[in-house]
Order: sequence, then C-alpha cells, then structure tokens
Amino acid sequence: MLTFDQVSKRYPSGKEALSGVSFNMEAGEFAFLTGHSGAGKSTLMKLIIAMERPTNGQILFNGENVNRISNSRVAYLRRQVGVVFQNHQLLFDRNVYANVALPLEIGGHRPSEIRGRVRAALSKVGLADRENHFPITLSGGEQQRVGIARAVVNRPPLLLADEPTGNLDPELSKDIMDLFLQFNQVGVTVVIATHDISLVERIGNRRIDLNQGRLRDSKWPI
Amino acid sequence: MANLTASGASLSRQGLSDRLAAWGRHHRFVFKDALLRLFDTPLAAITTWMVVAIALALPIILYLLLNYAGTLRQDWDGSPRISLYLDRDVAEDVAGNMTSRIAARADISSATLITKQQALLDFERHSGFGDILNSLPDNPLPALIEITPLSTAGGDIQLLLASLQQEELVEEVVYDAEWMLRLFTMLELAERLTLSIGIVLAVGVLLIIGNTIRLTIENRRSEIEVVKLVGGTDSFVRRPFLYLGFWLGLGGAVGAWLVVQTSIGYLSGPIERLAQSYRNDFALQFLGIEETALVLLGGSLLGVLASVFSVGRHLSRIQPK
Repeated sequence: MLTFDQVSKRYPSGKEALSGVSFNMEAGEFAFLTGHSGAGKSTLMKLIIAMERPTNGQILFNGENVNRISNSRVAYLRRQVGVVFQNHQLLFDRNVYANVALPLEIGGHRPSEIRGRVRAALSKVGLADRENHFPITLSGGEQQRVGIARAVVNRPPLLLADEPTGNLDPELSKDIMDLFLQFNQVGVTVVIATHDISLVERIGNRRIDLNQGRLRDSKWPI
Repeated sequence: MANLTASGASLSRQGLSDRLAAWGRHHRFVFKDALLRLFDTPLAAITTWMVVAIALALPIILYLLLNYAGTLRQDWDGSPRISLYLDRDVAEDVAGNMTSRIAARADISSATLITKQQALLDFERHSGFGDILNSLPDNPLPALIEITPLSTAGGDIQLLLASLQQEELVEEVVYDAEWMLRLFTMLELAERLTLSIGIVLAVGVLLIIGNTIRLTIENRRSEIEVVKLVGGTDSFVRRPFLYLGFWLGLGGAVGAWLVVQTSIGYLSGPIERLAQSYRNDFALQFLGIEETALVLLGGSLLGVLASVFSVGRHLSRIQPK
C-alpha cells in the first residue's frame, strides 16, 4: 500500500535529507522507522502526507502517486493517514473532545456519528473521563494519547507516529506501544519513527533504518 | 475495538447527499460561529463596525443630498427659456397679439404671456414683499413673454435672440441658459465628487475589513495548520474567514443605515423649509425597504469581497511545518 522508489529529498539549503530511499509496505504491516536524529525519519513521514515534496523518485500510496498529487487532493490524502505528531499538534483553545472530533468534522460526518466515534477513540486511549478537559491541563503522556485518539478516530488505513514515546517513562511507553499493536491487529498499517532501539528490539517487528538519509537495513520480519 | 478498524477512506463511503448535508451543516455552523467569535472581542468588533459604518454612511448621505438637488433640476422642464420683458406701457391686448405672433414663429416651440397682473400676483405669493407693492401707487412690474426655443444649439439661439431683440416694445431679452448651465455643471461636479468619495471609501472599507481578517488569520494560524494537517480542504479553511468578512460588512452596513436615518431625521426639517422657499414640496425621505436592503446587501458584499482578497493573499502562505 506504500511504496518508496528511489526517493530523494534535498532542501534548498543543500542538505540532502533522503537519498535514493526505496522500500515497500503491504497493508497490515507494522514497521519501525529508526535512525539517529537528523537521519531523515521526520522528512520521510512528511513526504508521505505531502507536507514536503520529494526532489526525486516516486511515492505511491494506495495506488496514488503522492509526489504528483495536486494541492487540492492533498487534503483527501491526509484523511487516509492518521499522524501522531511529536509535538502533538493539539489545539489549546478547544477541549479534548473537540480536538479528537476535528478530523470527523472535516470529513463531514453526522454529529451523532462523531459523538460515538470520539467517545470510542477516547476510551480506547483511556481518556474517556477527560473529554471536557483542555489540553493544557493534561500531562505530556495524556496529550500524546489525545493525539493518538485524533489520529485513529477517522479509521485511517495508515497510521504514522513520530517519536510517540519520546519523553515518556518506560511504563507509559509500553502502554502506548501496546495501543499501536492493537490497532495493527485490527488491520491498520502502522509506521512508528523512534530512536528507542531497546523498544524496537523488544517488539521485534520490521525495521526500516535510516542513516544519513540512506536506507541501511530492512528486515522483514526479524 | 470493532468500530476502530481500518476500512479505507471514510470519505469514499459517503454519498453525494451525505456530503451536501455535511457541507450545509458546516456552512450553518461557521455562519453562527463567525458571529459568536466576533463577540469574544466585542471592542475590536464594534470598532471595525463603526469605522465601516462611517465610511459607508458618508457617500450615502452625499448621494441623497445630490438626489435632492436633482429633483430641483427635474422641476425645470429641461429646456432653457427666453424671457422677453415688454415696455411697461404696452397694453394687454397688444401683448397678447404679440405673444400669438411670436408663438407662430417656426423657430419657437411655445410662448406664454405673463401679464402685469399675473406677475404681481406671483411676486406677492413667492417673495413675501406683497405689502410693499401694495403701498406703491401702481404695478411696477412689466408684462413678460416666456419663450421656449425649438433649438438650443449655440448658432440658432444667437440668431433667435438677435431677432427678438429687434422686436418693437421689447425692453429686455433675458436668456437664462448661462446660470442653468453653471448650476448643472456644479451638480455634475458634485455627482462626480460623490462618486469618487464613494469609491475611495469603498476601497477603505475593503482595506479595513481585509486587515481585520488578516489579523484573525494570524491569530488562528496554529488552528489553520492543524486543520490542514488532518485533512481540511482549502475551502474548509477559508469558510470561517469568508463569513467573518460577511458579518463585518453586514454589521458596518447596519451601522451606516442607523447613521443615515439619524442624519435624515436631523436634516429633513431645514431641507423641507428650503425646498418650500423654492416652490418645491420636496421632503428628504427616510431609506425605504428597498434602499435598506440595498445598503445591507452592498455592505455584506464588500465584506465578503474584502475577505476573498485577504484570504487569497494570506491563507496560502500558512502551511503546516
């Protein structure tokens, strides 16, 4: 469902963030995207949701050529990819419920359907009792989980997470990783960018490793 | 868990009617939300509304006053007149014969005799100096033939004036075209001035509303970024700002309407008295339903237009990072 074919990304500054990256992911796969910071993990994720355009190469998502996608189609592409951002990207002037409901409102779902789906997503991440709270009153881990609820509420076929366990203690990291594994079990394709090698080794799924913009290793499965 | 399963893009499962309903729902929501957000910062909203109101009211008032001046012109039938003042001792029947003879001329459209008696009555009625005239031993006013020429072209009128000058018993020939011409030129000048002021102020309204929208876009930058990240289309992002422009324009137009109606109320007394002194029963009218609708529609359109410009310039620059 997701194919990178000789993808390179060079920024105007001259820095080559990705060079000649190729890999393929089938629907329902679970992969870690690893590498030291600055290796190109974030760039790779930005390319998938067309926040950046590749300098060379092709990206195919569900049969659609992402690097040739028109600006007006970008919104529809992003509706098919749930993204958990490293900095959460929550709206601080809205409560938890409204934050999670946002993708459904954009998608034009009926209010009754939105209510049901938001509640289900929030209870899935263990925040059912926080829907009227504002993000600022939540801990970092809770904000992270609001971000996860928002990423999955639209039932996207692909879920991306950028350092979802970055600043969390091991206990919380495990909980959140379990969540992603559960989503994967019901068929969601999951890509998690992380530099936490111990976590990757413990779970032992496919690993797409980037080193200075180059794909170093791809094991399937270990 | 079951209802969180991945099953493809949710959009593709929606039919056209579902999408239309969602589109209508969002319009209704944003329509209300844009107004409610204005009331979150009432002082800023009221300031913008007042500035827009003043900028819209000024040209409307100028236009109404011009309209009033225009009715004075309509009163006058449009063609310049020649007044032929006769010698004071011309008898009435002689004057009557003379009028018929002049009226029969080919270069004249009509000629009317105003006898000394009629002239006196008119003067008494309109000048307010009747008492003074009554104290005089006899009527000091001459009889007068009012002539409407057939052609007012420069050469024709000069020939006609010269030939009338040759008539016996004529004391003076007065052609009123010159001051009429000056009045009309002045009216035209005022019309153009009003139009330019109107255009300048409309551009001002566009800039004021556009700037307010630019600031709002800046304030909601992070929200715009997140909405774009989770799949908001450009029109979804644009919609709240278009409605904001609509509300700013409409609110300003309502303010302008209040200013105009108040001004009419304040000015109508003196203007009616002024009109009466010119034998004119004109009264400055309050804005009716049609004119009110026009003001409100115009204001809202200006607001939306300002928003379209501003959103086009500023929104595309905001991309999620």
